[in-house]
Amino acid sequence: MPRLRPVALRVFSSLCLILAWQLASWWWHSNLLPSPLAVLDLAWRETLDGELPHHLAATLRRVVVAFLLAMTIGSVIGVVMGRWRQADLLFDPWLILFLNIPALVTIILCYVWFGLGEAAAILAITVNKIPNVVVTLREGARTLDRDYLEMAQSFSLGRRRTLTHVILPQLLPFFAVAARSGLALIWKIVLVVELLGRNNGVGFQIHLYFQLFDVTGILAYSLAFVLVMLVIEYAVLQPMEGAANRWRIQ
Amino acid sequence: MPFSNRWKVPPIAGGYSERRPAPDEHDPAALRRRTVAEDTPPLAGATSRPAHSAPPRTRALDIRIDRKRFADPSSGIERLVLADVRLELFHGEFVAVIGPSGCGKSTLLHLIAGLDPAFDGEIRWADTATGTGPRLGYVFQNPRLLPWLDVRANVVIGLEDPAGHAARVDELLAAMDLAEFGHFHPNRLSLGMQRRAALARAFVIEPHLLLMDEPFVSLDAPTADQLRRLLLDVWGRQRSTVLFVTHDLREATMLADRVLFLSACPATIVREVSVDIAREDRFNESRVSARYADLKRDFDALYPPG
Repeated sequence: MPRLRPVALRVFSSLCLILAWQLASWWWHSNLLPSPLAVLDLAWRETLDGELPHHLAATLRRVVVAFLLAMTIGSVIGVVMGRWRQADLLFDPWLILFLNIPALVTIILCYVWFGLGEAAAILAITVNKIPNVVVTLREGARTLDRDYLEMAQSFSLGRRRTLTHVILPQLLPFFAVAARSGLALIWKIVLVVELLGRNNGVGFQIHLYFQLFDVTGILAYSLAFVLVMLVIEYAVLQPMEGAANRWRIQ
Repeated sequence: MPFSNRWKVPPIAGGYSERRPAPDEHDPAALRRRTVAEDTPPLAGATSRPAHSAPPRTRALDIRIDRKRFADPSSGIERLVLADVRLELFHGEFVAVIGPSGCGKSTLLHLIAGLDPAFDGEIRWADTATGTGPRLGYVFQNPRLLPWLDVRANVVIGLEDPAGHAARVDELLAAMDLAEFGHFHPNRLSLGMQRRAALARAFVIEPHLLLMDEPFVSLDAPTADQLRRLLLDVWGRQRSTVLFVTHDLREATMLADRVLFLSACPATIVREVSVDIAREDRFNESRVSARYADLKRDFDALYPPG
């Protein structure tokens, strides 16, 4: 029973939210706030004619590609900056600049400079996310335990064993934090990218429904994608994090 | 009789004679060194020991530290920690370094291990002519086991080819009473068990030089004593050169061939004493106590209370 309780609590809380939504739509009684059932109905119809899966897949592909690129590039830069003071001093102003450029500006500039193509879209998303990954991983690399590094050095573990057994396990929690916050950030940016310059994806569809003032369509597409992200969170990210941290709980 | 049991039996007099380590065929330097060692006649001071336990007096390591300074992180004022420390270590020798706490004993080990190259002086290995540095084992003051690896993975971390040495790892884990805990993570073990795992990690690579930094501090007396016996037993087999830092004179008396006394800050070697207890007498309480009483007089003269 104690294992079931958190799950039950989560389901209960979600049901409360849906109930509040239902009550609000009854109260307001306007097509600007459709009921949950109306949204579900539209989502179901769009799924049957293939529209919803097509756009979800387009958005998901961009999220995954940009996420992998940003995590890889950002981690390397972050670790380098965390370990070498010179690199940190040199690139810190760049980092602050990129952290503070609004996502919209990067997106527009990428489209202007590189054309309204898929590569420009992915580049814009990646550039937006990299600074956050860098900051998190730099913090992780700074807090690497000297005791373990000294152990690795005195036992002559060499580069490969030091990396896999000593450094990466210490960076893993920071990697997980960057991944968790990164996914949430990236999919929000992806929608803007799609809204401004792509002809498919959830953002494109939301733009379409916005022009029609169709709130049901907007909610159907955005909630469908939230659902996809929830599945990734619970089915992929959390189990991975749990496996990596198993030694802590033991 | 299983090998692991033999390790646990307190060695009896003369027990070491049959435990001469075989020359390591994979290490030409070690092979050559041993050849040299056998040609060298034992020095006069070593004649009081039985011939088989006399350490071969070939030099393993020359240490000359003229100055080691640390800058205080907040004020930036430099503090001299080590000044004019000169010592030679011979192959197979067990040397204890004793001194007041905070006098720079750990720093000395750090410098020897090459963890801190910022000092005036030179540390020269007799074997560096061959191009390979010595295999180094280090037992730190805290166990420093990697918490995300299980005990066995921690122990084999220094081995190039853990699978090829599985039998040796099993023996060593058994000797350390850790055979059933190989798959436990370190945070589930007691401090004593973690220290045993750290010892196993250093022993398993059969180091040329074993650096030990108060490895038995903050353990209850019986556990510490058990680990000391284990250390002597394994050292008896492997004949590593050991540099052992401690502030416990009795421990130094029991374990070491030679004891070096360090002064307080800046630390320098103020006295060197040969312990002269034969290896088979190390577990002889009265023999150790008698020698300890002698050394204690030296010790009290060097470090007057208050």
